[in-house]
Amino acid sequence: MAAVIGEELAGGTAPGPLRAARRRRSLPVWRWIILVLAGVYFLIPLYAALRFAGIASFGQVVHQTGFSDALILSLKLAVITTVLTLALMVPTTVYVHLRLPRLRRLLESVTILPIVIPPVVLIAGVLQVAPAYLKSTPYLLGLIYVILAMPFAYRSLDAGLRALDLRTLVDASNSLGAGWRSTLWRVILPNLRTALMSATVLTAALVLGEFTMASLDLYQTFPVWIVAFDQTSGPVSTAASLLALFLTWVFLLLIVTVGSRRARRTGGGQVDLFSVVRHETGRPGTGGS
Amino acid sequence: MTTNTTTGTTANAAGRPAGGGAPVSLRDLARSFGGVRALNGLSLDIAPGELVALLGPSGCGKTTALRILAGFETADSGTVSVDGKDVAAVPAAKRDMGMVFQSYSLFPNMSALENVGFGLRMRKLRAASRRRRAAELLEMVGLSAHARHFPHQLSGGQQQRVALARALAIEPRVLLLDEPLSALDAKVRLQLREQIRLLQQRLGITTVFVTHDQEEALSMADRVGVMKDGSLEQVAAPDELYNHPATAFVAEFVGTMNRIPGELSDGRVSALGTVVGTHAGGVHPADGSVDVLVRPEGLRVAAIAGGNGIVTDRTFRGSQTRITVLLSQDVAVQVDVASSTAGPLLPGTSVQISLDGSPVLVTERR
Repeated sequence: MAAVIGEELAGGTAPGPLRAARRRRSLPVWRWIILVLAGVYFLIPLYAALRFAGIASFGQVVHQTGFSDALILSLKLAVITTVLTLALMVPTTVYVHLRLPRLRRLLESVTILPIVIPPVVLIAGVLQVAPAYLKSTPYLLGLIYVILAMPFAYRSLDAGLRALDLRTLVDASNSLGAGWRSTLWRVILPNLRTALMSATVLTAALVLGEFTMASLDLYQTFPVWIVAFDQTSGPVSTAASLLALFLTWVFLLLIVTVGSRRARRTGGGQVDLFSVVRHETGRPGTGGS
Repeated sequence: MTTNTTTGTTANAAGRPAGGGAPVSLRDLARSFGGVRALNGLSLDIAPGELVALLGPSGCGKTTALRILAGFETADSGTVSVDGKDVAAVPAAKRDMGMVFQSYSLFPNMSALENVGFGLRMRKLRAASRRRRAAELLEMVGLSAHARHFPHQLSGGQQQRVALARALAIEPRVLLLDEPLSALDAKVRLQLREQIRLLQQRLGITTVFVTHDQEEALSMADRVGVMKDGSLEQVAAPDELYNHPATAFVAEFVGTMNRIPGELSDGRVSALGTVVGTHAGGVHPADGSVDVLVRPEGLRVAAIAGGNGIVTDRTFRGSQTRITVLLSQDVAVQVDVASSTAGPLLPGTSVQISLDGSPVLVTERR
């Protein structure tokens, strides 16, 4: 990524070798400065939190009342939300790409709504109208999180589909005797692996960190528990949030690593949290009569 | 799968007897997209084992015709029958037609071998026999060594050969080729063109080939159908098409054609000081001012002081040299002469251009 941007920045009239040399000289310095600045910005608060919590607090975290319940609830919600989101968004996005390409713009603006509407407004509205049997279960949150995750899931899938010549792949698959289910399962989904991974990561991360809605819905998810427990013991609560941060981080790293290793094998693409960059090797246009 | 696969003992590498193609018939196909008519009453009969090329400028409806035949599009009216049976109700997945696409269509998540075996997998063939057969097909297109490679590890030409093997693996009744060579560079295109033709003839498979490249169409096809505005202008063998074009459009679309002003009367036309006969067939304009259509090889050129034209350009093309001559009234013509005699015909030379006496095609004055 950085190399590509660098190339564009250094573009201009200088001939190849000269330009390359200049790039080698000037860019690494800036790269390091930006890296250090960003590192300081992100790491100092973490370090401060670590100091405040103290190493001993980490051992106590797991024994606190409510900790495991809150963590398990958050994980359950993450799984439910991810499954629902993918089940809803994958067929929709594929269908729109194949059959209703003109709707893409509309879908794009619709899916941005959850970002524009504040979570407080959303949850307040939902709690007003939701039937009692839904309000009495924490899994109502899962249903709302699907809406929150939609912008991220849609964008990941859209980028993944854009990188494929979907029309041709589907036609080829059909002409070889594959029906819709086989085509989706054996042709489309495997080639969307990177995008699916990215959608999963974003959705799971969103659920694991969501506070406002869960708090207003009066259910103790992990972030809610951390804030609540802060009243009891500041250091232990801080240790818990640090632990959550590291666990989430390791979890995301795992998904991304597995995803890109597979993608490398098949030349698919790179897993990127916000976009799917696909290495196209001179695909011809799809014109014709 | 087809009525032909069970007969014959001389099965070839693809496990299919020679001459096993199905006859295809397109009747009065029409199709509009929005307000645009893509097909306008197209009819075409294709004999078993025949390779027919659909040739035409982009937007003439040739790809639409192919997609209707494949089952990807439905016609507004008209019928498609294969082996005498109407296939309108048969979905693409059940039509048993192999197709090679213009853009690279291999499944990126599968190796070359898995790609070729995909259609067999959909036909519930066991893994072992599937792999064996896919390997045979890959060998047939000369890519055994690349069986384990993924599409991104193959060149464009190799990808299209795998796509061809994949299309042939299902022993299709009809092979559909949608500009399969247009993304490749010239040399690979030439090689693959020959390979496709060779395989097609060996397997005797009925083939429809869509292209906008006339050289490709003329060199590969048994018959070429020239399309314009959604219907066929002429369907004929390549030499027939070239030598006896039915319409001015065909004449000018296929090969190089000169337009020279002439006067038509009683079926004979006078142009460049010569009176010659005209072709039968085609649409003949009324007597009077017409344009005469002549190929570069149908004109004679001689260097003469005070002739009717001046050489403006020359292009060396091996054994032949193409001379561009400017006649009066701003008419430029191209003439082919043997390179051995083209020496004196330098730009600026005054020349006499005349018809060689054979009948010509005439059309309305433009």
